[in-house]
Amino acid sequence: MAGPPILEVDELHAWYGESHVLHGMRFHVREGEVVTLLGRNGAGKSTTIKAVMGVVPKRSGSIRIRGVETIALPPHRIARLGIAWCPEERGIFASLSVLENLLLPPVVAEGGLSRAAVLSLFPNLAERLSSQGTKLSGGEQQMLAIARILRTGARLLLLDEPTEGLAPVIVQQIGRTIRKLKAEGFTILLVEQNFRFAARLADRHYIVEHGRVVDEIAASDIGPGQDRLVAHLAV
Amino acid sequence: MTEFFGIPAPVLFGQLLLGLINGAFYAILSLGLAVIFGLLNIINFTHGAQYMMGAFTAWMLLNWLGLGYWWALLLAPLLVGASGILIERLLLKRLAGLDHLYGLLLTFGLALVIQGLYRDAFGSTGLPYAIPAELRGGQNLGFMFLPNYRAWVVVVSLAVCLATWLVIEKTRLGSYLRAATENPTLVQAMGVDVPKMVTLTYGFGVALAAFAGVLAAPIYQVSPLMGADLIIVVFAVVVIGGMGSILGSIVTGFGLGVIEGLTKVFWPEASSTVIFVIMAIVLLLRPAGLFGRAG
Repeated sequence: MAGPPILEVDELHAWYGESHVLHGMRFHVREGEVVTLLGRNGAGKSTTIKAVMGVVPKRSGSIRIRGVETIALPPHRIARLGIAWCPEERGIFASLSVLENLLLPPVVAEGGLSRAAVLSLFPNLAERLSSQGTKLSGGEQQMLAIARILRTGARLLLLDEPTEGLAPVIVQQIGRTIRKLKAEGFTILLVEQNFRFAARLADRHYIVEHGRVVDEIAASDIGPGQDRLVAHLAV
Repeated sequence: MTEFFGIPAPVLFGQLLLGLINGAFYAILSLGLAVIFGLLNIINFTHGAQYMMGAFTAWMLLNWLGLGYWWALLLAPLLVGASGILIERLLLKRLAGLDHLYGLLLTFGLALVIQGLYRDAFGSTGLPYAIPAELRGGQNLGFMFLPNYRAWVVVVSLAVCLATWLVIEKTRLGSYLRAATENPTLVQAMGVDVPKMVTLTYGFGVALAAFAGVLAAPIYQVSPLMGADLIIVVFAVVVIGGMGSILGSIVTGFGLGVIEGLTKVFWPEASSTVIFVIMAIVLLLRPAGLFGRAG
């Protein structure tokens, strides 16, 4: 079963310039869990993840990672607590080869996957190591973006819409990968718009609306909770 | 005597060598500018003044402390680079996220202040700096006389440029640098101390300028305005090569030096404008520069 909380977010506010985007987010993720943030476009899901990584211009409240308060830390210090981010836009570097992209993130803790283990999870990448990073297809870029953070020893992964814009067969492959990572003990906070995808993977779901958590649904309640979900997510 | 297109060989090769020497300085200086622009997004107008500071530091080390050329080659880049780190930490850092114009104004103003201080302290006439004993004399190559010091400048500049290029293109540190040039936020979120990298990069770019200044001290007079004259041409080189392109700045630096040298032989009147004419043509045909990425 899930362990102690590894990420605790409380009364989190964030701003982009004058625009106040998060209005007191509150949620937690336990060691070994897969938790999703669900919600409509613009609800503040991606901003929440960016705020956790410390890359929003302004934030306040409390974010504790393994008990360490990080609200005042710069992003590189936060990353070194063993947390890694796979951004929505994937962030593959054009001036780096696939291999350089893969090896770019510095190792922040013991226990990361070896290069061979990462490549066996994503065999497509092994054949393209010398290509320019952005010459890969969208699906391959997404796999590379996930692959490179598995090497670093970070055990808490923030995945921002990993299935966005991808073909169903690739979405399935990413789903299998997330399940495999969970089995290996990774903790994952997943932002998704694709509820069908998220429902099969996650232990718990948080529903985000207007920059705050409005509901929490456990996977076991997904049957009865479905109506609540549809109510929240219906456009 | 051998002639090419009616030009005596020693004259032709002499100007070619002079062009290579100038090209070496263009290359090192524009390389520093390219590295700084890539990561800091700042057009470092202080670069010429920092090149001058390198030459003056060599002169001061020799005349005040008795430390010769070889010490200067090591110490001047370190000292001037450290002053660059100070400038980045105290001033440039505050401009992050603002329009290019602010960085341009600040670094241009700094250049004027630094040049003014040096002119006040040393006067505007140049100070001599002797060629180190080991590099005096020259080789008679048959078709021309090659002064040892000039050969040294070309070789060591090429070596420094290539080493910098290798570090940026082939090493792990270089991959951080290239990645942070594209997306500093993401690289920092991976655990790399990007603010420190930015500071050190500026220090390194400035150190390159100072290194060029030490190389230049025995060739040109050490004077407060030596950088101001050169930097205008170097900016043209940067524009032609493509802002921020590492390889572009090296190739364009040497290439334009040689073109300028040849123009002196074949059409002396045009030699001081040829680089700017090329810049105008390149800007018309390829606005991003010869090696620049469009957009």
